[in-house]
Parts: sequence; structure tokens; C-alpha cells
Amino acid sequence: MDALSAVLQGLPMTLMLTLLAFTIGIIGAVPLAVGLSSSNVLVRLACRLFVDLVRGVPIIVWLFLLKFGIQIGTFKFNPVGAAIVGLGIVSVAYLAEIYRGGLQSVPRGQGEAAHALGLGRGTTFYGVMVPQAFRIVSPSIATYLTGLLKDSSIASTIIVTEMVFQSQAFARQHPTVEGILPYIIVGILYIVLSLPVAYLSRRLDSRMRKAIYA
Amino acid sequence: MTWLTEWAGYLPQMMSGLGVSLLIAGISIFFGYPLGLALSLMVTAKNLAVRTVGLAVVEIGRGAPALVILYLFYYGLPKFGIAFESITAACLALTWNSAAYSSEIMRAGIQSVARGQLEASNALGLSQRDTFFRVIMPQGMRSAIPGLMGVAIQMFQGTSLAYAIAVPELMKSAYNIGSQDFNYLQIFTLAGLCYAAISMPATWITVFFEKRMARHT
Repeated sequence: MDALSAVLQGLPMTLMLTLLAFTIGIIGAVPLAVGLSSSNVLVRLACRLFVDLVRGVPIIVWLFLLKFGIQIGTFKFNPVGAAIVGLGIVSVAYLAEIYRGGLQSVPRGQGEAAHALGLGRGTTFYGVMVPQAFRIVSPSIATYLTGLLKDSSIASTIIVTEMVFQSQAFARQHPTVEGILPYIIVGILYIVLSLPVAYLSRRLDSRMRKAIYA
Repeated sequence: MTWLTEWAGYLPQMMSGLGVSLLIAGISIFFGYPLGLALSLMVTAKNLAVRTVGLAVVEIGRGAPALVILYLFYYGLPKFGIAFESITAACLALTWNSAAYSSEIMRAGIQSVARGQLEASNALGLSQRDTFFRVIMPQGMRSAIPGLMGVAIQMFQGTSLAYAIAVPELMKSAYNIGSQDFNYLQIFTLAGLCYAAISMPATWITVFFEKRMARHT
């Protein structure tokens, strides 16, 4: 299976892009989600505008903007750097929106009860609100991760040597019927790769449900 | 301010690209929604073969990246003598995509209709067809509206991938202009703003609908 081994050459890059961008998103989205639920109107509007703007622009535009548009002194992004930063920024915006939804769905009474018990603001937020919100949003985060895995394929358009790029390369070298194989294989691979995430999220979800209602 | 005057100069070429983007998005939604409905019926069908085919079409359409489906149509199928123009390939790939996504949303919408509605229709002696098309579907589709609008926005953004197979859409227009003067920052910023100018208000309208729906249930 030449086609399979050609496609698999891109697998480490696909996984690296996905996981690094996801890490940026998971961390970067925290302050943004706090800003989105801030009581200060200006902060909230600024964060809302940022999130909507980032989500309103297709990923390929972000990647091209970073790869070709950014030049600070002698610094230019290499393809991998542009892909990680681009996918990272987009993840920050999407995950912040998911976090905000989670925080909002925690009943108000929880915060008020924590306040009444004399807990500090930090403890209330990180010890009471966040753990409950996380339970609510963990399936959405898993869904986003599988989406991000698929979106990492867009990095092939700025010549990052991930799976789709390798499929393209193989198909170009094999103009015969064999040339369709890598596209079929890579499509199946994406589906197979997202299965463990879906499985994990379902398990996490059912465990967390038990934890809440136990 | 020089940016603004230069943007004004680029705008005609960008607008023709935007027109192509909107056309592709429009076609993929126009065909994607009915196909999505058909797929959602296939997935819930009693016949195992029908169900399996439906499920496979949906899972590939949702599970494989749009770019891969695009390449499959444009670079893959010609190897079997089935060749499309780039814009046709883009429309076919995105239609598959939108059908797969919308089928899941419609299925969820239909399943969210209370069982009592079905039982009441049976009790009233409505035929199976009337029950589905006049009782279940209208209610199910209502709750699917915000999700389907989300798919439409996703498809509009997805048209930017057609750049990769040289469809003269918005992204391709931007790239062409950029490669003439090497003012990539400027031109891709303009391209981003063009996409955002449509996606952002569309998202706000969707959120508005979502909130209104939530109020009525």
C-alpha cells in the first residue's frame, strides 16, 4: 500500500498541528471567556467583537494573512508556524464561545450561594463555577477538537506537509487510477482519527453526568 | 488612509470573486437542504440497507474534511474519466458537505417533536404521509432553523476552500491581486473583511432566531 504509507507520512504533522493549536485554544480561551461574561460593557463588547470577527473569517484567509501578509523586520512566518498560530487563534475564539456558554448555563444560585458562604471571588469562580461549567461543555470541546483535526487539512494550502499535502503529492506522481486512492484513504483516516475523541467524550460525558447526579 | 483608496481600487475585482463565492454557497445550500432531508429520512429508515447507505453518506460528508472531498471530486474522479470543471466540483463537494451536516440537524429536529404528536395523528386517523409531512416535519423543521442557518454560514466560509482548485472565488481574486503587487497584508485583510461582512451579521441573525425559539419552547 504505497498510497497508505505516503499519506501516513503526514500523520505526525497533522497531529502536531491539531494538538498545538488545541493547546493554544484551551488556554487562550480562558481569559477571553471571562471577558465575554464580564460585567463591564466595554470589555464584553470588545471581546464579543474579537470572537465574532475571528469566527467570521475563513481559516484559509487567516493562514494566508499570517503566511504572506506578516513581515516584522526580517521575521516571517514559516508555513508550520503560520498554521499553528492561525489555527490557534481560531480555536481561541471558538472555545471562548463554548466556555462562555458553559459558564452561563451554571445556575446563578451557585454563585450567589458561594458568595453567601463567604467564598472569595477567585474561589467562587475557579472552585464553584468552572468545574460545573466544564462538565457541561466537555462534549462540545471534544466536538470542536474533531473539527479542528479536519480544519488542520487547510494548512496544506500553505504548503505544510501534513496528510492532505502528502495525498496531493502522491496523486500527482500517480496519474493513473491509483491516484484516487490517497484521497479516499486520507478521508477515512480523518474519520478513524476522530473516533477515539468521540468515544472519550461520550465516556467523559456519562461519567460527569453520574458525578453530577450521584 | 492609503489603504482605503487602494482597497477601493481592488473592490470591483473582489466583488466579482465574492459573487462566485455566494453562487457556490447558494447552490450548495439550495441542493444540500433537500438532500439533507432525504438523508435524515434514510438514516431513520427501517430498511437496513437504506439506513447503512444513508449513514455512510452522512458520516463521510461530516467526517472527512471539505478540502478532501473537494480534491476527491476535482483530482480523484477524473482518473476514472469523470471530469468536472473546478466550479462544478466545488459545488458538488460543498453540496455533499451541507447535505450531511443539515441531515443531522433535521434528524435531531424531527426527533425532538413530542411522541404524543405522532400518537395523536394516529388516533385521528391521519395517513402516515400526512402525519409526517403535515404534523411532524413542520414542527421539527422549526426547531432546526437556527442550526440550518449555521450550516449556511459554514458553507459560505467553506467556499474559500475552492481557492485550492483555482475556482475564481473571493480568495482566489485576493490572491491574484496580491501576487501582482505583493501587498498581501492589505489584500488578505480586505478579503477577510469581505467574508466577515457577510458571516458576522448572518451569525447575529442566527443567534437572534435561537433566542426567539428558546423563548417559545
